[in-house]
Parts: sequence; structure tokens; C-alpha cells
Amino acid sequence: MKILVAVKRVVDYNVQIRVKEDGSGVHTDNVKMSTNPPDDNAVEESVKLKEAGKVKEVVAISVGEDKAQETIRKALAVGADKGIHVKADNYIEPLGIAKILKKIVDKEKPDMVFLGKQAIDDDCNQTGQMLAAMLNWPQATFASKVNLKDKSIEIIREIDEGLETVEVNLPAIVTCDLRLNQPRFASLPNIMKAKKKPMEQIDAKNIGVDLTNRIQQLKVEEPPKRKAGIKVASVAELVSKLKNEAKVI
Amino acid sequence: MSVLLVAEHDNLKLKPFTLNAITAASKIDTEVHVLVAGTNCENVSKELVNIPLVKKVLVCDSPNYQNYLPENLAPLVIKVSEKYDHILASANTFGKNFMPRVAAALDVSQVSDIIKVNGPDTFVRPIYAGNAFATVKSNDKKKCITVRPTSFDPAERSSGTATVEKVNPIDIPNTSKFIKREETKSERPQLGTARVVVSGGRGLASGENFKLINDIADKLNAAVGASRAAVDAGYISNDHQVGQTGKVVVPDLYIAVGISGAIQHLAGMKESKIIVAINKDGEAPIFNVADYGLEADLFKALPEFLAELNKLNTIQK
Repeated sequence: MKILVAVKRVVDYNVQIRVKEDGSGVHTDNVKMSTNPPDDNAVEESVKLKEAGKVKEVVAISVGEDKAQETIRKALAVGADKGIHVKADNYIEPLGIAKILKKIVDKEKPDMVFLGKQAIDDDCNQTGQMLAAMLNWPQATFASKVNLKDKSIEIIREIDEGLETVEVNLPAIVTCDLRLNQPRFASLPNIMKAKKKPMEQIDAKNIGVDLTNRIQQLKVEEPPKRKAGIKVASVAELVSKLKNEAKVI
Repeated sequence: MSVLLVAEHDNLKLKPFTLNAITAASKIDTEVHVLVAGTNCENVSKELVNIPLVKKVLVCDSPNYQNYLPENLAPLVIKVSEKYDHILASANTFGKNFMPRVAAALDVSQVSDIIKVNGPDTFVRPIYAGNAFATVKSNDKKKCITVRPTSFDPAERSSGTATVEKVNPIDIPNTSKFIKREETKSERPQLGTARVVVSGGRGLASGENFKLINDIADKLNAAVGASRAAVDAGYISNDHQVGQTGKVVVPDLYIAVGISGAIQHLAGMKESKIIVAINKDGEAPIFNVADYGLEADLFKALPEFLAELNKLNTIQK
């Protein structure tokens, strides 16, 4: 079996982003970038399935500027076999990303596509489900446990009420939650080896899909700031403030 | 130019967040129609008829939709949506699961997690874990939208005049199977809608120690929340997680105990009316958003807090 795993390069999860003064977006120059966290879980799970002998090949794909190759190299360093970089310098909405991924799926013919459930920059939570619709494949979103069988995959999903188990036929889309596994760190020898693994490069313009964004970003602004609070000296003072000042208890 | 909202329910009752989504839908257009797809779900449609903002209820009663599998639900929503310009659902695990599937099949770019309606095509949505608000305009003819429930008031229930219309089920692909759902049963209020939330983090140090949180929650008639660190460590189940990838809560009072306040956690609670932080690390970022901060060892502070609360006899239910 073969897995295509999609990874996105995003502003690192520890960075406190700053909104641009002109309202056109957020500052991303000279900001630490890294792999979107749940995408790391998607890569880890793919590699684990390969190590268990259930999957033969893991192909990592990323859409983005040249530096997206670093994100792909990281996936290669922890065990993916091959990389595909679809070069795109501008922001592409999840709908466009899903269209690109569909073209790659048509060519690579994987049995499964693994993706992170949500990117922590645009917070859309769409790409996997959209790709599933375009391929007319079943989907298992927000996976916290994966059990691959011969012709299907059983997934435990994290839902608002607790956990849900579903079984979907292959080929299928799986979007991964942060609790699916503990992503490993790449060892130095593996980072060196990853540099020799094949990386295919395609320009998004040559993929043959319409990538016009449908959503116009009119303005980006900072959310209203909370007014500074106070520190209380004791539990008694806290309770008194909550009761007499805030009047919430 | 009416709006189609897909109701979330458990076949017996409407889920409360649908009420918030109805309010959002009514800000786009007053002609709000609600689709109920389920099995033996007539009680749900009766509930909807009694919501004045709802003008029409479309009911598709079939075993196909018992468990809301997106492979089955999306084609039905697509078919029903032919006459509508806007398709809405709550931005929770229900709506997030099927709506992008609908959008992609219609070649529409979805607007996720809106917190404000500026007009029929312009919305505000949080990005970067709520550290920026983007005002966006959808240029698609048809719009697929998910609504952050806590940003809209729940629609009132009284007596409504909605008409009820039956919708025929359509063929399902039989590519997915529901196996089971393990719901955490609790006597406490629901996390998403509770007036008070008491949350614990890694500082609790064990699952057993969550008893300290539970005792306070019971006293305040509060829901129990948790940081991702506490869930990852196995102290408490995933449905309690508050944050960017967990639940977003906006209670009147949020009490964060032993939670440092990572960006991802703040994303889920910083719109709360009053925030209390109890943490022994005076430098913890949670204090930057707290109205009242108490720098203290939680293992000493929580029993004291409970004792002080017990002295009061005015706890509001």
C-alpha cells in the first residue's frame, strides 16, 4: 500500500504573531516557521504503518514557496520515501490546495492520503474533507487512533461528545489529530540521508487546475485587547472580588 | 435568497449550538430554513417549529442519516441546497466534518468559523488561533459557511410558524460504516454552554488530582475544562479540551488552574467575561489575560477556595 501525506509550512506554533499596521495580513518575514503540528502526526503515523510492514511507500507533498522543501525534507528525514514540491508563491485557499492534491493523487495512485486536521495559520479545517469530496472517497477526520486492515481502515475520531469509531473503505482520506501519536525527531544521520532522497518539483501553474482564490481578505486586525487585570494576595480576596466586584458568584 | 442551515441533533433532541447558528443565519437573511436529516427525528423538527426565527423545516427521515456520516449526509445537503444561496452549519466537529465536503463538491471556497456577519457575503473570522481577526468577502455565488456558536446568542424558543416539508432520502455510497460512539456522560453543564468553567492543566500533576477541580465545579455548577497538556497526559478525556483545536468557550467566569496559558489554550477561552488564573509561576502568560490572578500553589489554594465558597450561600445555579 501507498500513502500520500500532505504537509504545510506555517508560522511556528510558539510564535506570537503580529498583525501588519496596514491591515493586509500578519508579519511572516524573519519569523520562525515549522511544519503544521498535526501534519507531523500525519507523517509519523504513515511512517509507523510502513515500519509495521503494512505500507510500502510514503510520499510527502507540500504546496508552497521554495522553502516548503524544508518541510518536505523533514518528513523525508523521519522516514518518508519521496517528496513532491508543488511550487506556489501566493496563498492558495484549501479549495485550490485540494484541487492540486487531487491531481497528484490521480498520478501517484495512493491507497490513503493522510493530512493534519487543521492548519494553525488560517485555521480552516477543510483540505482533507474537500479532497475526499473531489475524489469521491470516504473520509475519517480528527483521527486519534488508526487501525489499517486489508481493504478498510478503522479510525477512532475525536468529536465534541467524546470518541467515535468509524470504518471506511480504501482508498480513503484520514485527517489527523494531535493525540494520534508522538512525532519523532529526526536523527542527524537521517537528516543527511534525507538530502539524497528524491524530490520532484512541479510548478502549481502547470498542474492544470484553476487556482483563483474565491475569498477576498478585506482586512486583518488585532482582536480587542483585554484590559489588564490585577493580582490578588489571597484566596479570600479572590472570592471577595468575584462576589462583590465581578459579581459572577 | 433564503439560507439553509443543517441542524445538529441526536435524533431525539436539537443540539444547543444549532440555536446559535440559527441566529447567525438570520443575520444573513430572514428566510431561514433548517434541514433535519436523521432517523425517527420528528421531535427535532417539532423543536425547530417552535423557534420564531425558523421559517421552514425540511425533514429527511431515513436510516441513511442516523449517524451523520459525511459520505451520506453531504450528497443530501448538496441536493437540498440547489435553491439556496447560503449553506450553514455550526463550526464544531459536526459541521467541520461534512461542510467542506459539500463546498468542494459545489466548487465553493468555504468560509470557516465566522464570528460576525457584516453582510450576505462579508464575514469576520479568527485566524492564527484568534490572534488576528480577518474580514473576508466570499466571491462564490453559493456560500458554504460554518459558524462559531459562542459568538452568536442562541435563538429564542417560543411559538413559531414554520412549515414542515418532507425531503426524500437519496442513495448512499456505502463506503463508510459507523461503529460506535463513546460519549462522556456527566451531570455537570455542557462545556460549550456553561456559565462557569473550571479548567485544569498540567499543574494538576495527575488524573486523581482533578477531584480538586471537580469539587469546585460542583460547588459553582460549572463545567470542567482542561488544557491540551492535561488531556495528552491522560488526566482527563479529550472532550474537555479547551483551545485552538479543542472547544471554544465564552463563559461568564473561567477559572484556569495550573494552566500556563499557551497561545493555543488562550484561543479557546480568552473571550470569557471574567478570567481567573491560579498558578504558582507568577510569570505564566495566563496572568496576562486574567482579570484576577492568584500566584499560589494550587494544592493549597483549591481546598481554601472550596472552603471560602462553602461559606457563601449565594451561589447562582
